[in-house]
Amino acid sequence: MQRRAIIKGLGAMGAAGAVATLGGCAAVTGTGTASKGRVVVVGGGWGGTTAAKYTRLFSDYTVDVTLVEPSRQFVSCPISNLVVGGIRTMTDITHSYDGLVRNHGVRLVHDTVSVIDRDRKQVRLAGGQTLGYDKLIVSPGIDFMWERTPGLQAANAAGQVLHAFKPGAETLALRRQLEAMPDGGTYAIVIPLAPYRCPPGPYERSCMVAMYFRRHKPRSKVLILDENPDVTSKPGLFRAAWRDLYPNIIEYRPEHRAVAVEGATRTVRFEVHDPVRADVLNVLPVMRAGRLAVDAGLANADGRWCHTHFLSFESTAAPDIHVLGDAIQAAPGMPKSGHMANSHGKIAAAAIVSMLNGWPVDPSPMLTNTCYSFLDERHAVHVASVHQYVAAERTFRTVPGSGGVSAARNELQTLHTDAWARNIWADMLS
Amino acid sequence: MKNRRPTTVHALGVGFALALSTLATSVAAASPQDQLRVRALVATTCFQCHGTHGRAVPGTAMVSLAGMDRNHLRDSLLAFRDGTRQGTVMNQLMRGFTPEQIDVISTYFAQLRP
Repeated sequence: MQRRAIIKGLGAMGAAGAVATLGGCAAVTGTGTASKGRVVVVGGGWGGTTAAKYTRLFSDYTVDVTLVEPSRQFVSCPISNLVVGGIRTMTDITHSYDGLVRNHGVRLVHDTVSVIDRDRKQVRLAGGQTLGYDKLIVSPGIDFMWERTPGLQAANAAGQVLHAFKPGAETLALRRQLEAMPDGGTYAIVIPLAPYRCPPGPYERSCMVAMYFRRHKPRSKVLILDENPDVTSKPGLFRAAWRDLYPNIIEYRPEHRAVAVEGATRTVRFEVHDPVRADVLNVLPVMRAGRLAVDAGLANADGRWCHTHFLSFESTAAPDIHVLGDAIQAAPGMPKSGHMANSHGKIAAAAIVSMLNGWPVDPSPMLTNTCYSFLDERHAVHVASVHQYVAAERTFRTVPGSGGVSAARNELQTLHTDAWARNIWADMLS
Repeated sequence: MKNRRPTTVHALGVGFALALSTLATSVAAASPQDQLRVRALVATTCFQCHGTHGRAVPGTAMVSLAGMDRNHLRDSLLAFRDGTRQGTVMNQLMRGFTPEQIDVISTYFAQLRP
């Protein structure tokens, strides 16, 4: 009996998906007779794809979902440091959006949003379409505050100083700069004050670059110039790796606040310390919520990040608009990570399905974060955390006694990194 | 409880799970909103690494949880929680869950098709 019910359930899923796909093609607002509502998701990254899929799943395919994303393919930021290091390719981190359409009946529109009209509950697209919504999910990722570092935007536009903190063309361009650098040169990475996307990302990248140097350019150096007072993630594990795996290659300098960049000479100037000239200069700009969120008035935390109600990730600035991922003002201990954005997407999807059905929203959601970092071809480490909503404080708190970092680096965690990536990519996209 | 007729794959066993759990309300039957709470819990805490509906991507170093024996899964998770079984991330994650939540999670996956 259970088996028959399962088969019936799966059949219903497929049929609903097919109907929704056809309906989506027929009309912009495309609601079938059984539709419980219309959800528009803006941004096909870690939060947006997850929210789109799980709004369909959690509603048993009764809520229409349209995903607006300009890119034709998904490119993963996690694992992109391994492309910089030369042990993965762009193909490894590039994936199709087709599964969301084919398996889940998500309507996918490759376009950008020009205006969010809150009063009419519509988004207008650059291509001319208008999409009405009952609930809007905004998952815009990050944008850069170029004005905070004079000279940086021009140097970036000229291809002289890259960030490679949005995966894609810059990931590959940074790799090519490293390949073109002569042995004996210096790669410098400049890290802004937290919060920024992916706390361990810059330190993992320093390891990936040093791994490449160790094998191919052994007289070269990696210089980490960090505005923070200490390594912001897995500090003991990264310091041990720099000491043991990369002696005389990696040098870490804290409290280096960049104030200007000169692209032509690849020089970065600091508030206090002497300027540094590098052969490959990799500056992470100061970050904030993606521009769409800022333009829509959702970035109500210092004009930089978006405050949300953590039970639903609904914006505190606008009803029926939910904000996910790196763009939000995070709860205490909540990193800006892809894994976390995936969890945001699921909590928002469950809350939205509840709201559209007239049910109470789950008053005590939980989420977890797991984040792996590669140190070289054979060693990786992790940090993990468990977060529980605390009603009295209206925020998430890490559960006391839970979470932590690896006891030590090892090879097993490189396999876990790969398994994590392939499973979470499928969880978002398949 | 065994005679309850589930309408979707997700309904299977969730009423039973809720009866065991602090997530259960006074409603003995699993209402759609209670089912959704369980589905969201496993989605936000398990699916990322172990696959949507506990079906891990084949060929990855990650265990599929769908269809696993309920007692075996519960005992494994409790062993990670109290440290009698050593893992990498699982000990740290399971210390954030109550035994009741572990019951709910184990029951959910046990009722799914592998």
